[in-house]
Amino acid sequence: MLKRTPLFEAHQRLGGKLIEFGGWEMPVQYSSIVDEHLCVRRAAGIFDICHMGEVLVSGSAAETFLNQTLTNDVRKVVVGQGQYTLMCGESGGVIDDLYLYRLADQEYLLILNASRIEPDVSWLEGHLARFEDSSRVSLRNVSEAMGAIAIQGPRVVQFIGTLFPGASLAGTGVSSILELKKNQLGTWSIDGTTVWAARTGYTGEDGFEVVAPASIIGKLWDRALSVGHVGCLQPCGLGARDTLRTEVCYPLYGHELDEHTTPIEAGLGFFVSLDKGDFVGRSVLAEQKATGATKRCVAFRMAEKSAPPRPGYGVISAGQQVGVVVSGTQSPSMSVGVGMAYVPPALVEPGTRLEIEIRGRRFAAEVVKKPIYRKA
Amino acid sequence: MSSTVPTELKYAKSHEWVRVSGDRAVIGITDHAQHELTDIVFVELPARGRVVRAGEACAVVESVKTASDTYSPVSGEIIGVNQAVSDNPALVNTAPYGDGWFYEVKLSNPAELAALMDASTYAAQIGG
Repeated sequence: MLKRTPLFEAHQRLGGKLIEFGGWEMPVQYSSIVDEHLCVRRAAGIFDICHMGEVLVSGSAAETFLNQTLTNDVRKVVVGQGQYTLMCGESGGVIDDLYLYRLADQEYLLILNASRIEPDVSWLEGHLARFEDSSRVSLRNVSEAMGAIAIQGPRVVQFIGTLFPGASLAGTGVSSILELKKNQLGTWSIDGTTVWAARTGYTGEDGFEVVAPASIIGKLWDRALSVGHVGCLQPCGLGARDTLRTEVCYPLYGHELDEHTTPIEAGLGFFVSLDKGDFVGRSVLAEQKATGATKRCVAFRMAEKSAPPRPGYGVISAGQQVGVVVSGTQSPSMSVGVGMAYVPPALVEPGTRLEIEIRGRRFAAEVVKKPIYRKA
Repeated sequence: MSSTVPTELKYAKSHEWVRVSGDRAVIGITDHAQHELTDIVFVELPARGRVVRAGEACAVVESVKTASDTYSPVSGEIIGVNQAVSDNPALVNTAPYGDGWFYEVKLSNPAELAALMDASTYAAQIGG
């Protein structure tokens, strides 16, 4: 039985085409992937991301615990700030990539990938059981009770203040939600319910992600669609979410990341803080950073007319298969096949010529700088 | 959304249409199929001269999300392919029964046509 988000009926009402994703029944599209993708690039789109996990970590030793279990330096995160970070195993392989928000001095919110909630929580619980100050850390998986929506696109600023009026009550102190800077989070009260809103996203556009109790998600969604018409707000599915994040080279767990891939190989070394003290996976990651990884994640675009590249297609160099495509699609913004692939370190420079094998035929492609898509 | 199902065509279960004239048949995919696929960005057509059997995969339609095989509803030799749809795959979305046709087959076994659906049967299959 697939799980359904609090917005399931809204998706049916809006004509969403529902598919299975990470154990959830989610809308892949409403109108069309290209239409929704371009709507987010040019105007505004709203996404159901209730399938994602939420874990609250609190207590006087929460910071120390998180700093020993996540790759980025939690100490840099002030109250009301968010940080992209990763959870790695002892061998440096990625258990999940996540967003961490500091809600209060001793309280953190972790946003997890839907398909990774169970492994993440048991991994965190396992490390907490061995943590020297475990009595001063509380870990609560609130994924069932909480929901989330993302509102993304250049015209979101035209109506987000109507949805979240007035000053923030906690988190980053702002007199209007429009004052939140990238990665900042604030708290608002909507009809008496506490709601978190952060200026973050997974599309490469300006926008906000909202985390709130599941009971109020439907109301927030409907209200956003109602006030959002001034910004031409459209509901968008997972299809557009995937093409948008691919164009800007944001990793997706199960594609760019898995337990056999390290953040260094994935090109996420920036989010691995080797100088903060010990953390799980540090020794492997430090060595890899020093000596270089044997595979690297690159972005590419097709250099001749071809079918779109897809995950699993082979990457060819000098007649030999040297790697594999992990994400690939026809870029709706650029109308060309684009993607990401793992290749040997000698082939990572932008301009490097590669071939992608599509149904037995090889087509020219070129390594490009990340992100593949940049706003004009 | 209800899809167009022209009455003069024959249909395969796998959502191809067939327009028969004499011993030749033009093949494409239905309005329902293009609507389900949405945003068609690439069409790979069979080579002219290839001999196909009914039910054989012989063209690939790619949307942004996925690649789908399409099957020849009839047996015969491919005697023409639509270069325009190869150059501009969006024609499948805008004119699935017109400029968005795929290929033409010289029928080797016209009796197979009897196994295809008429418009009302196909419309019932797609819930139209």
